[in-house]
Amino acid sequence: MIGTWLDIGPIDQIEPGMARTLPVRDGEEIAVFRTMTGDFYALVNKCPHRQGPLSQGIVHGNAVTCPLHNWNISLKTGEALGDDEGCVPTIPLKVDAGRIFLLRDAVIGRQPPVESKAA
Amino acid sequence: MNAPASFDEAATTRERLVVIGNGMAGCRAVEEILARDPSRFDITIFGAEPRVNYNRIMLSPVLAGEKRFEEIVINPQGWYDDNGITLVSGDPVEHIDRENRSVVSHSGRVEPYDRLLIATGSDPFIIPVPGSNLPGVVTFRDLDDVDKMLAAADRGGNAVVIGGGLLGLEAAHGLCLRGMKVTVIHLMPSLMERQLDEAAGWLLKTELERRGQTILTGADTECVLEKDGHVAGVRLKDGREIAADIVVMAVGIRPAVSLAKSAGLEVERGIVVDDHMVTSDPAILAVGECVQHRGTCYGLVAPLWGMCRSLAGYVTGEPNGYEGSVTSTKLKVSGIDLFSAGDFSGGDGGEDIVMRDAARGIYKRIVVKGDRIAGAVLYGDTADGNWYFDLLRKGEDISAIREALIFGQAFASGGALADPNAAVAALSDDAEICGCNGVSKGTVVETIKAGACSVDAVRSQCKASASCGSCTGLVESLLALTLGDEVQSGPKTLCKCTSFTHDDVRRLILEKELKAIPQVMQELHWTTPDGCASCRPALNYYLLCAWPGEYVDDQKSRFVNERLHANIQKDGTYSVVPRMWGGLTTPDELRAIADAADKYGARTVKVTGGQRIDLFGIRKEDLPAIWADLNAAGMVSGHAYGKALRTVKTCVGSEWCRFGTQDSTGLGVKIEQMTWGSWMPHKFKIAVSGCPRNCAEATIKDFGIVCVDSGYELHVGGNGGIKVRATDLLCKVETEEQALEYCAAFIQLYREQAHYMERTAPWIERVGLDYVKSRMLDEPDAIRKLAARFRISQKYSQDDPWAQRASGDRKDLHQHLGEFRPLVLENA
Ligand SMILES: Cc1cc2nc3c(=O)[nH]c(=O)nc-3n(C[C@H](O)[C@H](O)[C@H](O)COP(=O)(O)OP(=O)(O)OC[C@H]3O[C@@H](n4cnc5c(N)ncnc54)[C@H](O)[C@@H]3O)c2cc1C
Ligand code: SF4
Ligand code: FES
Repeated sequence: MIGTWLDIGPIDQIEPGMARTLPVRDGEEIAVFRTMTGDFYALVNKCPHRQGPLSQGIVHGNAVTCPLHNWNISLKTGEALGDDEGCVPTIPLKVDAGRIFLLRDAVIGRQPPVESKAA
Repeated sequence: MNAPASFDEAATTRERLVVIGNGMAGCRAVEEILARDPSRFDITIFGAEPRVNYNRIMLSPVLAGEKRFEEIVINPQGWYDDNGITLVSGDPVEHIDRENRSVVSHSGRVEPYDRLLIATGSDPFIIPVPGSNLPGVVTFRDLDDVDKMLAAADRGGNAVVIGGGLLGLEAAHGLCLRGMKVTVIHLMPSLMERQLDEAAGWLLKTELERRGQTILTGADTECVLEKDGHVAGVRLKDGREIAADIVVMAVGIRPAVSLAKSAGLEVERGIVVDDHMVTSDPAILAVGECVQHRGTCYGLVAPLWGMCRSLAGYVTGEPNGYEGSVTSTKLKVSGIDLFSAGDFSGGDGGEDIVMRDAARGIYKRIVVKGDRIAGAVLYGDTADGNWYFDLLRKGEDISAIREALIFGQAFASGGALADPNAAVAALSDDAEICGCNGVSKGTVVETIKAGACSVDAVRSQCKASASCGSCTGLVESLLALTLGDEVQSGPKTLCKCTSFTHDDVRRLILEKELKAIPQVMQELHWTTPDGCASCRPALNYYLLCAWPGEYVDDQKSRFVNERLHANIQKDGTYSVVPRMWGGLTTPDELRAIADAADKYGARTVKVTGGQRIDLFGIRKEDLPAIWADLNAAGMVSGHAYGKALRTVKTCVGSEWCRFGTQDSTGLGVKIEQMTWGSWMPHKFKIAVSGCPRNCAEATIKDFGIVCVDSGYELHVGGNGGIKVRATDLLCKVETEEQALEYCAAFIQLYREQAHYMERTAPWIERVGLDYVKSRMLDEPDAIRKLAARFRISQKYSQDDPWAQRASGDRKDLHQHLGEFRPLVLENA
């Protein structure tokens, strides 16, 4: 099992209510979010509307508001909230012993099993 | 498995049960077994601590002086004796010999077992900073720790508690009551962040500070300081030093698994057990904080009870598997009521029901998902905690009582009263609706019948809900009951998170001296836990405007352009505009701009409508570097990204133009130097034209000056944006000094009065030009006072944000977490 999770470092490198990015060579850049209540989520850093960088949006509750045209995107499911429609792939993430781990297969773009419902 | 022993054989064939750990879970498991079958086992309990079994969670009251040790003993020596249990205390087990089925203790005692039960609890985590092993650094886990703290408290002085979680705060409370001066150092921005949301954390912090503790959040410990071989203080990573005679580390716990690990049992974070608490060795059971059940390790006692029941059932032949627990927490600090349970992080399909009663210091938040309660946070009034927890654990459908859920059990389970309107209808006429202003239901109803058809009308006519606003919901219900469909919806609220308007919020921030976003949300009864993308930036601005120099800007409440001091463009890259004062530049500046454009691969270079040069296509991570280069050439940020002063557009005026009447360029430069850097409700543009030909298009700017022979015409409220609007003439002044002073005054009036995201044009149309004129020109001294307030706020805002960032400040906002290169790691 070990090795399928990528350790991307300690949780305190992301301030609550903010996000940071992880570029993937030959793949999609990933945005890693930390909500104000301390939950972590990772999404492909591209808004389903016009590819806005979600990592730069304002985080509130478990949603982020895209900086380009203010769509609200759920951090849990990647789905656009409210009247908007669209979905951005989520990357399975876990926190263990103060460090953040991403599911490796999802990071490098292979379809992870858990993502299929979001596709 | 061994056949059950028959009763008369018991003395000879009893199974030998050895328990490692004389704590809460170990002894509870034994109690449960004895209750089911008192004669099945020969029991030996090993305890590392030299004492009988006591209630660990009551150590906090012992520290606080509310209980004595004798009062927290669960099982005195007599219990061991009566049940024929051998207690080996003060002698930890050091080795498990699975092959021979025996354990070996520190003193060399060998004890054979048929069944072994590991209940070793947890070890406190010590952050590995220099000095953390000095005498005077203690953890908070057992009675010895408490004794050390009490001894330190007897000598008085300063205590530092590292960790603002449950344990840390209880330690801090105890030490504070024992007369020490206590500082709590917490890494996260808000206290108990795992149990509480930001709002409740803020209330808690305020209360603890009121009790004399110093709470430093967002504080990262660098090292423990030493003097004469003993702790002397703590230094934070930001350089602050806090003196300390004792340092309590309460940053977390880890399951105590070393014994199990070296015995070769399956261990992940905790000792892995099944639903019957059996480890990977069928002869060995484990229970309590040291185990990991279905992936979870628990740090509270409630789950232990369930574990102990299933364990006892299993070993006595009546298995009933344990299925995991939902936990709830209370803080045992006297006088602070705080309750948290389940998942309160909200989110999808999850809906937050929030109630804030500022006057009584109450905050409640229930998270509902698909008609079930998923989590709850209560502060100030926890009476209904157990009721919510019960609904949560049982997964009850609450759709029928949803409307009244937040008001608690008494209200919600009252059958017909479940409809809040019905509950209000049932109130008697003299029932008090508005506590602040002492307005009864009868008075409110009369006011409504006399013609007040909106909350606002009720507010202004009988004062109900005019102060703290917590009764707004009741007033709305009364309106609905009295008028049916004729209720008028009030003016637009700031956003969907609040029932207050922009004006109310601005007024109340000043009146109630609110100085932080969570404080505003609490005091003004926000209905969402941490607001939304509309209200956060607005509140950030309102606080910044109200308390210049005092309010600390909140980056996470800023739109990306302001957070990164650059304009985000459609492809996610940024554009950068250096300031050119009054539109002037020099060959050197132009060269520096050209060099920067080359070096950072600007894909487009464009002259803006405001006479500046815009470099497009810069990457987020390159921003600090390009700013450093532009700064080095003497340029500063153009704020082209901000709700702030953008540009001062000018014409050439009397210096070159044959028509120019005054030095419009020179005045433009002076105005820009006075006004740059100022945050506004929206973007703000200024222009100065040298004569009525108006080449700088001053009459479509927020503030425009048209120079004439006899002085300066001042124009306001112009907009060249979506809806073009020509300016209104404010007045005419004679000197340049006056023009500058009036400009400062107008900007300040706009800053103090307009709604966030409202430009001057819609603002003036909303309030009327006469209002603006009267506030500036009719009130004696108004210009001077407004301009003075503007200058005060400018003292704090005129630093170049680029320079700070270029020097490395907040570099996390620009840098990636790292880069992932799949090819290199492919073999992983
Ligand atoms: C100050 C404080 C306040 C708390 N407040 C609360 C609260 O309000 N609510 C709540 O639910 N929980 C609270 N807790 C947590 C609660 O006390 C624990 O969840 C509970 O005690 C865990 O029980 P346990 O038996 O697994 O571990 P423990 O009670 O810690 O027992 C483990 C025992 O094993 C012994 N031991 C370890 N290794 C060996 C060895 N090799 N040989 C022999 N003995 C060994 C230890 O000395 C210890 O006595 C609090 C804890 C503390 C410290
Ligand atoms: S506004 Fe008047 S002074 Fe300025 S450039 Fe035009 S004509 Fe000349
Ligand atoms: S790209 Fe995100 S809202 Fe348009």
